[in-house]
Amino acid sequence: MLIAAALSALLALAVLGVATGAEMWRHRLVYLCCMIASLALLAGGIKHLGQTPGTGPAIILPIGLPWMAAHFRLDNLSALFMVVVNLATAAASAYGIGYCSHLPEPRRVTPFYPLFLFGMNAVLIADDAFMFLVAWEFMSLSSWLLVLADHKNAENRHAAFVYLVMACFGTFCLLTCFGLMAGGEGAYSFPAMRAAKLDGVSGFLVVLLALLGAGSKAGLVPLHAWLPLAHPAAPSHVSALMSGVMTKVALYGLIRILFDLHGEVNWAWGAVIMVVGGITAVLGVLYAILQDDLKKLLAYSTVENIGVAVIGLGLAIAFKGSGEKTLAALALVAGLYHIVNHSIFKTLWFLSAGAVITATGERDLGKLGGLTKRMPWNGVAALVGAIAISALPPLNGFVSEWLIFQSLFKGPSLPHWAMKFGVPVVGAMLALAAALAAACFVRAYGIAFLGRPRSRAAAEAHQVPVSMRLTVAFLAVMCVVLGAIPVTITDALSHVVTPLTGVQFAVSADLGWPWLSPVSSTRGSYSGTVLVMTGVGLCIITLLLARLLGTSRLRRADAWDCGHKESIPQSQYTGQSFAQPLRRVFCASIFAARESVDMPDPGDNRPAELKVRVIDPIWVGLYAGIGRGVDFIADLVNRIQYLTVRRYLLMMFATLVLMLLVVAVRQSQ
Amino acid sequence: MGAQISYDIAHLIGATVLMAGFQLLYQRRLFAVLNTFAFQALALAAAAAWQANIQHAPHLYVTAGIALVFKAIIVPIALHWLVEQLGIHKNVETAMSIGWTMMAGVALVALSILLVLPVTAGAAALTRESLALAMSVVLLGLLMMITRRNAVTQVVGFMALENGLILAAVSAKGMPLVVEISVAFSVLVAMTLFGIFFFRIRERFDTLELADLETHRGDRQ
Repeated sequence: MLIAAALSALLALAVLGVATGAEMWRHRLVYLCCMIASLALLAGGIKHLGQTPGTGPAIILPIGLPWMAAHFRLDNLSALFMVVVNLATAAASAYGIGYCSHLPEPRRVTPFYPLFLFGMNAVLIADDAFMFLVAWEFMSLSSWLLVLADHKNAENRHAAFVYLVMACFGTFCLLTCFGLMAGGEGAYSFPAMRAAKLDGVSGFLVVLLALLGAGSKAGLVPLHAWLPLAHPAAPSHVSALMSGVMTKVALYGLIRILFDLHGEVNWAWGAVIMVVGGITAVLGVLYAILQDDLKKLLAYSTVENIGVAVIGLGLAIAFKGSGEKTLAALALVAGLYHIVNHSIFKTLWFLSAGAVITATGERDLGKLGGLTKRMPWNGVAALVGAIAISALPPLNGFVSEWLIFQSLFKGPSLPHWAMKFGVPVVGAMLALAAALAAACFVRAYGIAFLGRPRSRAAAEAHQVPVSMRLTVAFLAVMCVVLGAIPVTITDALSHVVTPLTGVQFAVSADLGWPWLSPVSSTRGSYSGTVLVMTGVGLCIITLLLARLLGTSRLRRADAWDCGHKESIPQSQYTGQSFAQPLRRVFCASIFAARESVDMPDPGDNRPAELKVRVIDPIWVGLYAGIGRGVDFIADLVNRIQYLTVRRYLLMMFATLVLMLLVVAVRQSQ
Repeated sequence: MGAQISYDIAHLIGATVLMAGFQLLYQRRLFAVLNTFAFQALALAAAAAWQANIQHAPHLYVTAGIALVFKAIIVPIALHWLVEQLGIHKNVETAMSIGWTMMAGVALVALSILLVLPVTAGAAALTRESLALAMSVVLLGLLMMITRRNAVTQVVGFMALENGLILAAVSAKGMPLVVEISVAFSVLVAMTLFGIFFFRIRERFDTLELADLETHRGDRQ
């Protein structure tokens, strides 16, 4: 009831959003209402998760296709994702209250924003393929409009075009996938799909198409190309949602199809998905390290985190397909935990990036610096987010990656030799990605928030409106909370996982609250709660000791100047210099990264330049190749435009004769 | 007069229409093409009248009358007049040599016989043969349209195609008169339009050769 009311409210808000006009208080009102609707949806999701596992009542509405009503249902999986989505949308809406007045054209954003929220929520509660796809397209198109909000920039138009093409491709794959699952009778409701048995070939195709369709939305390599283009193009609170939440909705689609509707996915698919996840994680973070644009960096980091979560999902499929249901549940819990975490810290970082852009007008790392002094709220919140995203204990990012590692360590117990050898390789990729992610965020945080301002804009940065500060603070607190109570979270997630894996499972079974002991009590255990308590306790003790034993006498000394006397800001470490060693080690082969020094001729007094060339292998190899192929075919087809009347008639005649021949041949058989 | 003889006569007339179609492909002079076309329309009128006789369907006499008046008399005379008025070059210009065209025509007839006879296995023998003939005439009309370069010969090809359709229509029992009348009128309207356009094109571009007209197309870059 609550959910239905909140969803209709979002639709109504979209209409109101059109009528906002130029007055800012109306935009603020729309965002405020969006926040309230999101909170209502969040409450609905939490309420459902708190109940005993099971599915909610099916709601059938007489809308949609004439011969098919629209089915909706809230089950545990939808409720979990509803919580994930609406926690972030509530934060982003609250942020929008302050942020909307800083947008160049708020009227291009406000009407579509509630639609976007509506689309994402509707995907989650759809209970038939038709509604699912309609809601999916709703989500894609409204976010496409939001990407186009600043349409005067040619780069944004290109981003929106690439996004639209990829969204069409993804929906096409999902449409075909659902068509295969619905079978000849066209049973498009999810319960009918669950009951249906798929034969070998269509079972294979369903998994492949689901992976392509949902993967293109989630940003799996090599279908990630649109993410780093489209996410930075949208206004920051929308990029936060696209990156932090919409990719999760895509993973929801993947989980729904592979674990729920399909039911019996072969273990080999699990291996494939795992390897794709590993490659996505490593490539995503390598791309991220090379970026100078803060929002692009974050978008690539999303690619990495999606890869991490997908490793968990693939592993769960491999375990489930081999009959190891408990381990499947563990891997799935780990993957879902990472999804929850990423939605929070990535939203946090995008909102911080939005604040940085609002305050300075710059998103180039090379022009930022020293912001934590001028924007302390954002500085601290982004630091917490960076620690969480780098998977350092005791914050939430560590718990989920630790759980994924724990389930990876059980991979060699699988019966297949491919998995026995493959799982450690994926584990190594995950470890590499985790380490590089830490380096990437040390770089992002260190260059943007620490050091001295590298440009006038950064030096004159001002505080952002209070709603924008409060939301990032709230999300930072959430990062700590989710890391501090891991057992509560995993217990809630195991309710979600039970219907999908068919086994009752609790990560904390062996040692009990507050210890996570996924495999056994002797193999490894972790308690975020104890760690946080200890940390807080140690801090308090240290502070007290410092107070008691330290002297309060005032002392004066020079600040450490990092070895530079009278240094200018340009002599600091830059983003490029931070990335250089990693670029030389990892990117020389993958991205064909080359450095060259452009030395001026004698007598020429321009400065020498160090040039870096980086080639994106996937864009050049795959997308540009497809583009050339399309151009080639278009050229061929274009010639048909300029034939003579007689030749057109000839073509029609030839077609007719050919078809008649086909009929004649078929008859004679 | 038995069923056999009426069948034979229907067959003969239908075959005459088809032969006229081949003759159309063979002609090298424009006026000869028009005359042959008039002959084909005459044969068509005869076929329609004969079908009216053996099917006891008086409305087919109307069809025969329309074919006779419009297609065998008015259209050829109008085209004659057009050709004279416009001073069109009186040779038929072919895009494919006449020998090859004839062979293609024979292949098309074989195709339509192969196609129609098995499909209509259950139908009356008369209908089957007539349908095969009619389809051949249609295909030959199309072939004429694509192997001739001059606009007037293309119009004739189109009309011959129409003849094939009407032949099919009269051979099948129960085809309503309305259909035939509307087909006949559409041909007449098309004829009028062609005539008007010939004049207009001629005024504007001083030629009726399709190859010359190509250069005036707006979409060519």
